[in-house]
Amino acid sequence: MNKITTIKTEEREIRSLLDALYQNYGYDFRQYSEAHIKRRIRNRMTLSGLESISAVQQKAEQDKTFTSLLLQDLSITVTEMFRDSNFFKALREKVIPILKTYSFIKIWHAGCSTGEEAYSMAILLKEEGLFDRTTIYATDFNQHALDRAKEGFFSNSLIKDYTRNYQSAAGKESFSNYYTADHKMAIMNQALRDKIVWANHNLVTDSVFAEVNLILCRNVLIYFNKELQNKVHRLFFDSLGNGGILCLGAKESLRFCDVSGEYTEFEKKQKIYKKKY
Amino acid sequence: MKFKAIVIGVSSGGITALKTLLPALPATFGIPVIIVQHLAFNSGDYWIEHLNEACEINIKEADEKEKIEKGMVYIAPPNYHLLIETDQTFSLSIDEKVNHARPSIDVLFESAAETFNQHLIGIVLTGLNNDGALGLKKIKEYGGTTIVQDPSTAESDIMPLSAIALSPVDYILPLNKISDLLIQLEHQL
Ligand SMILES: C[S@@+](CC[C@H](N)C(=O)[O-])C[C@H]1O[C@@H](n2cnc3c(N)ncnc32)[C@H](O)[C@@H]1O
Repeated sequence: MNKITTIKTEEREIRSLLDALYQNYGYDFRQYSEAHIKRRIRNRMTLSGLESISAVQQKAEQDKTFTSLLLQDLSITVTEMFRDSNFFKALREKVIPILKTYSFIKIWHAGCSTGEEAYSMAILLKEEGLFDRTTIYATDFNQHALDRAKEGFFSNSLIKDYTRNYQSAAGKESFSNYYTADHKMAIMNQALRDKIVWANHNLVTDSVFAEVNLILCRNVLIYFNKELQNKVHRLFFDSLGNGGILCLGAKESLRFCDVSGEYTEFEKKQKIYKKKY
Repeated sequence: MKFKAIVIGVSSGGITALKTLLPALPATFGIPVIIVQHLAFNSGDYWIEHLNEACEINIKEADEKEKIEKGMVYIAPPNYHLLIETDQTFSLSIDEKVNHARPSIDVLFESAAETFNQHLIGIVLTGLNNDGALGLKKIKEYGGTTIVQDPSTAESDIMPLSAIALSPVDYILPLNKISDLLIQLEHQL
């Protein structure tokens, strides 16, 4: 039963560490999924050869480099171009026709990580003739990820997968039209890079910054607890105009949030919702 | 009742193994069952439908934030790690693979051990890697009960052998004996 006391101590230490991260740096992970946070912090503890969570906290309070490592650990940046190609196909077939009826369009990628999702959107808009009348905002609280997104590089080894995703998402051209590659890296075309407005925005602590027609927040909310999901859904609701579209990740839904009644299920399987008029 | 959850890890050979094990459980089975299966395909929908047809007990994919209930079998969605929160709900994550796997058995077992302690049964079945061995050890350390499929009866014996090598397990049994045992353990106080 020794183990169980240890785990209680550890849970207390994690709470104290999260409080410290918030007090000292303004990053608020206190309402993230506990099991997830615990696992990530323990990984960092092992990787950095530390003995306990309180040792992690001590180091985080003294050592800025270590803190930024820890923040990277707590932000899961795994992403890809045209991730869940069926989703992008539905976007093209069902959502684009709605956007075409607007004279000016604003799109928000919340939790954009290293940018692949926003670049996929930019390509889609180009092929659908909406590029010039759209503004794409792509935000994340992870500055490191944003900096990489801005550069628009990705590893050559991913081209094959991305091309396949692009094709199954009903791409109209050749994916290779959108980047230049050498033997190691590929870089997205300048026009695509210039299109996207990258900004640091924290979904937990920052507020509405624009009224938009379409929000994509995919694979971000699974890391939040129910209360925090609810809060962020309120933020999205307030940012969308009437008839606005909200897209969530494959395993996410509006199930537990107060505003769920304010949306219709537009494409149920692809987790696309439409704000009621 | 003593046991509040059963976690199962299965890899290569899992389709046959689960089709042997799960149909033996009655519809009213009193302990929730949570499974990580490494699948070669990307959507589990068809597989779950197929299992449901073969079983009395209800089988579904685990949803994030879903409350764990008895009379249910939950399977981790392909490509997501499945974790259990202290309030006995599920969390999903798509961070790096563990033991080359996502979902990883170790990830599920570890969080289950910490939530359910001695009220947990952990089972490692057929498979070609060593995912689940560390997790099963952890379940044992937290006072849980551990079962491994008898390697000589497993389609792939590497996963059962790795689990047995890493920590002492309570039962080593063929599949049909595992379901008998679970039905016995259901009513243990
Ligand atoms: C798994 S990625 C998702 C990327 C992309 N949307 C996709 O589905 O491929 C999750 C991203 O959410 C970001 N994130 C997590 N918490 C956040 C917060 N509070 N505010 C803004 N972004 C956050 C992480 O930094 C990470 O880049």
